Amino acid sequence: MLAYVVRRALQSVVVLVAMSMLVFVGVYEVGNPVDILINPQAEPIERERAIAALGLDRPLPAQYAHFLSGALHGDLGRSFVHGVPAISLILQRMPATLELAIAAMLIAIIVGIPLGLLAGLHPRSLAARAIMAGSILGFSLPTFWVGLMLIMVFSVMLGVLPSSGRGPTTDVLGVPVSFLSIEGWRHLLLPALNLALFKLALLIRLTRAGTREALLQDYVKFARAKGLTNARVVGVHVLRNILVPIVTVIGLEFGSVIAFAIVTESVFAWPGMGKLLVDSIGLLDRPVIVAYLLLIVAIVIVINLAVDILYSALDPRVRLAGQDA
Amino acid sequence: MNAPHAPAEAPLQRVLRDFVSDPVALAGAVLLLLIVAAAIAAPLLSWQNPYDLAQLDLMDGRLPPGARGAAGRVYWLGTDDQGRDMACAILYGLRISLVVGASATIVALAIGLTTGLVAAVAGGKLDALVMRIVDIQLSFPAILIALILLAVVGQGTGKIVVALIAVQWAYYARTVRSAAIVEKRKEYVEAARGLALSRTRIVVRHVLPNCLPPMLVVASVQIASAIALEATLSFLGLGLPITEPSLGLLIANGYQYLLSGKYWISFFPGIALLLTILSINLVSDQLRDVLNPRLQR
Repeated sequence: MLAYVVRRALQSVVVLVAMSMLVFVGVYEVGNPVDILINPQAEPIERERAIAALGLDRPLPAQYAHFLSGALHGDLGRSFVHGVPAISLILQRMPATLELAIAAMLIAIIVGIPLGLLAGLHPRSLAARAIMAGSILGFSLPTFWVGLMLIMVFSVMLGVLPSSGRGPTTDVLGVPVSFLSIEGWRHLLLPALNLALFKLALLIRLTRAGTREALLQDYVKFARAKGLTNARVVGVHVLRNILVPIVTVIGLEFGSVIAFAIVTESVFAWPGMGKLLVDSIGLLDRPVIVAYLLLIVAIVIVINLAVDILYSALDPRVRLAGQDA
Repeated sequence: MNAPHAPAEAPLQRVLRDFVSDPVALAGAVLLLLIVAAAIAAPLLSWQNPYDLAQLDLMDGRLPPGARGAAGRVYWLGTDDQGRDMACAILYGLRISLVVGASATIVALAIGLTTGLVAAVAGGKLDALVMRIVDIQLSFPAILIALILLAVVGQGTGKIVVALIAVQWAYYARTVRSAAIVEKRKEYVEAARGLALSRTRIVVRHVLPNCLPPMLVVASVQIASAIALEATLSFLGLGLPITEPSLGLLIANGYQYLLSGKYWISFFPGIALLLTILSINLVSDQLRDVLNPRLQR
């Protein structure tokens, strides 16, 4: 087990370093920040000084080495536009994104698993067909367009919910959050719903497929033969067995929810790090782009690593299969 | 049971018959054909070229659906801020969306198919390496891969196609590899070896055709997600340039007018996008069932 964990962790570090090179070299080849950041009317001397101050005059490997040693000390460069450390700019925006992502995931779980269970238990019923039709629609609806339509209906036509921003926040242990005030909830609802939609459809399908498969298993037949009530068979025997893969998927999908928050945040002007990324790409604010991409790559890698280790702890077959390769 | 001497039904016939047995899937297929036909015939179906500024009348800007323009023409889907007929803009946008999605899918399919087959046939270190790369890539959300690439290569039509290819190829490589490894062990491959056929011939003529059904299913799912991803990136302003407005860009253009109640500039292109993706998903859902031997009745 320990060997497996160490090997997986080392693998993750290699991936992270490879990604950092790809992102750094790529981003530093695009555009010329000198033209964008330095006043074109500036004296040549001033220009030189600004280039040196931003470190743009050194060769690429030197810039990368400087960047890497900084990154290991938690310094990912200074935003060209805002003049503050890129990482602090992102961390400042992170709670908003995490709050949105967690809210979306909760909506998907609370609504998706019961609906999927229902559709799996009575696959021929009208309700099941409606749920499945809804889920294929959920897969097909483009997230950003649904966001616009939510704004159109709830903010413009009905005028009941705000169309943008995060609303007032309350500090919990120094972290600003929206969910502690009614006004905050009103701001959170539409973006969270929007971001949840795709994962909701996914969870419905996954739960339904798992339920249908579980119902055919011997342990379910045996539980029924014992004379257990339907509620107990479903609630204890079926649900417990389908939850392992579902929890795994929820874990793995969390990284993708954070990544897709870029879209929802742009639509609802939610002040998270995804919105910051889109704005920074537009402004060619390269330190912020690099810092964001590296941070989210690191988040995804850590989530995958955690889920893998957890899963292999629950199911030793995974570990053994990994050793064959 | 069939009579012992009844002529065997050709596989294609069976697949087609099974496919049309579900009315919803059939409706999806018909809708998809109509959409593709409309996209191909866009210049014939539209009375104006929405990107020829000479044909636009600024006086007709932001007219609601069904309104009559200055020249007496009725705009059934309304007009955008430059007086463009939304119906024509959608037909042209559909074209761009479909071409970008389909071309990316075809190239990614070719790359993934080759890599996956080579990995499956070669086995050993090469196989392990390719599959490790595939696994790593698939562990990242598609939009993140696309964003990293667009940050690396910059923006533009060719570049977004590259990003879509990079996102997709791993799915094909993994699918074809696992199918090929199963096929490789079957008896007909052994028989072909017994005939002393060349390895290339066995792989291309015998193994490959038997790996195609699962590839078809994956490709149909992927083309829908490629179209959706392109629309999303274009909406964010990171995709296609303004000179080639796909559906995503049309929707983005309507965003600023949405809050003043001019819904149609974003609404109708979104409906076109939704119908396209929905029809492809309906078709691929049914394909999956029809081509899955385990579900055969």
